[in-house]
Amino acid sequence: MSGHFSAENIGHGTPGHAPRPASDNQPQHFAFDTESETEIEAILAKYPEGRQASGVIPLLYVAQAQMGRATGSAWVPRVAMDVIARRLGMPPIRVYEVATFYLMFNTKPVGRYHLQVCTTTPCWLRGSDDIVTACKRATGVKAFEETSADGLFTMTEVECLGACANAPILQVNDDFYEDLDAERTVALIEALKRGEKPQRGPTIDRFNSAPAGGRTTLLDEIGTRHADGQPGTAPDTV
Amino acid sequence: MLSDKDRIFTNIYGQNDWRLAGARARGDWDGTAAILAKGRDGIINEMKASNLRGRGGAGFPTGLKWSFMPKNSDGRPAYLVINGDESEPGTCKDREILRHEPHKLIESALIASFAMGAHTAYIYIRGEFYNEARHLQIAIDEAYAASLIGRNASGSGWDFDFHIHRGAGAYICGEETALLESLEGKKGMPRMKPPFPAAMGLYGCPTTVNNVESIAVASTILRRGGAWFSALGRPNNAGTKLMAISGHVNRPCVVEEELGVPMREIIEKHAGGVRGGWDNLLAVIPGGCSVPVLPAATCATVLMDYDSLRAERSGLGTAGMIVMDKSTDIIRAIARFSRFFKHESCGQCTPCREGTGWMMRVMYRMVEGRAEMEEIDMLEQVTRQVEGHTICALGDAAAWPIQGLIRHFRPTMEERIRAYKAAHGTVGLAPTPSNLPIPVAAE
Repeated sequence: MSGHFSAENIGHGTPGHAPRPASDNQPQHFAFDTESETEIEAILAKYPEGRQASGVIPLLYVAQAQMGRATGSAWVPRVAMDVIARRLGMPPIRVYEVATFYLMFNTKPVGRYHLQVCTTTPCWLRGSDDIVTACKRATGVKAFEETSADGLFTMTEVECLGACANAPILQVNDDFYEDLDAERTVALIEALKRGEKPQRGPTIDRFNSAPAGGRTTLLDEIGTRHADGQPGTAPDTV
Repeated sequence: MLSDKDRIFTNIYGQNDWRLAGARARGDWDGTAAILAKGRDGIINEMKASNLRGRGGAGFPTGLKWSFMPKNSDGRPAYLVINGDESEPGTCKDREILRHEPHKLIESALIASFAMGAHTAYIYIRGEFYNEARHLQIAIDEAYAASLIGRNASGSGWDFDFHIHRGAGAYICGEETALLESLEGKKGMPRMKPPFPAAMGLYGCPTTVNNVESIAVASTILRRGGAWFSALGRPNNAGTKLMAISGHVNRPCVVEEELGVPMREIIEKHAGGVRGGWDNLLAVIPGGCSVPVLPAATCATVLMDYDSLRAERSGLGTAGMIVMDKSTDIIRAIARFSRFFKHESCGQCTPCREGTGWMMRVMYRMVEGRAEMEEIDMLEQVTRQVEGHTICALGDAAAWPIQGLIRHFRPTMEERIRAYKAAHGTVGLAPTPSNLPIPVAAE
């Protein structure tokens, strides 16, 4: 028998797509830097003349990444939304709407490492409760949406990350760490604290989404074969 | 069972080089211009002959969908938009195409765009797939550099541009018109249909939206012939399909199999079987969380294809199987999906916005058993009020898992309620129609 679940105490996360409160610590100024401007040029070239509003999500990403580079906290302050609105010729409210509708834009500061724990059923079946507990234990964070005292970690509950065959998943900033358990989650977080960047992907002896222990298909193929069946050997040297 | 020679995605695990050189060694980009030389009708007829049905969940015939695009332009450009917003719990197949078979996707996108008169294709990739989008962008850059796409793509005389557009964390954008809204820079709120995207889609122009897998198989179908693809699987359920097996199995995985293979065989052969043995199986959700759950007895015999699963009042969906053994609290497993849909409702239509929250709240009381017996029927009735009464299918998707639960696991729900009453007494369990003085709207 499960413990006490009710609508009140299970909804740790953001209530649906309701706008989340913006931060009180809003900077007064934001301007895109050179790196961002290069990205923006490439982004806006993708869309037809007069359709530059399509660039709103990409530009919000650019702003969030720039904040991450500049301050160690990847979030989008209000003033950056205003800059984007002017750049794209949109009313600011249209940018605010988008920034608050889509969950991946942080409208308040986050830690250097944004721990995004999937708790949807496929991850839950494989132990996501343990991952949540491990994240709390290793960071000192007590609940979702909180940032650790050292400012390094923010833990967020997320919905399905689309990697269910490698559940449970913890997304750290842009990277998926897969096939986790409590022990390996703590080890991952301790490594992040030491400034290391562990190899993303499966944390067990497994090759991407192939069955652990080896493939059941594609056994008679030809071609350049890479070391197989070992974690961390994916031909991903980009 | 499918043999390796009939597998389309031969680098699905990334076990070999996913970049251009590796893709070429596997046969991608071989004689692409000759495929385009078959002409629009030639390509569409071959796709129709393959009997390919959409791989994103709805199962609409792909060739037929392509044929809806206007043959003669009225001056507006046409667009192909590829749906890579893969976000339905249990579904993790397009991710493998994006990161390990990007060239198969780009080449197929060129072919499909040509067949529908489009010079530009956009792929909308869920924001969380950052590394997957990065792989695809590298492959796109390689294809441009090798003149495989761009001006006079692959020497075909057809100009073709291919762009990535990343989403930012909203399941609803997997719905095709919400995706188009999002791509236009708006909140992802679905549009009324008609007009359908083929008449008025992206930027008000003729548009076809296809799932990543539906597009990615096109190059192979056109090389090997529609008849080859159609001969695989079962009638009306042709071809191969990427399937995913997650949950309580010994070796979760993604695998390409033939449609019409028994579910049990797939789970046992590719995923190492159910944890604790087949007899320890409780239930399987066969195709992403929106399709109704099937009890173990059905799973023992059912075939993995559109029509077989439909006959069991479930669906193939995306063929992302979620396997649950007997240790699973099935009510909680489904309640978590109710929370998912409540979280992901865009809020546009009242039955969905209010209904998903209502259903979630009742479902979590059902997890505890803090409910009246009659509320099971009331819950079922409310799912019927949501289903079919919204602009898009998210309302339906929120209703079906609960209907499946009640259909197959009502005794479990009743037992939970009895246990709660036994432990807590029977008074004042929950507001019910009989003791609720005024109808309460949204909380």
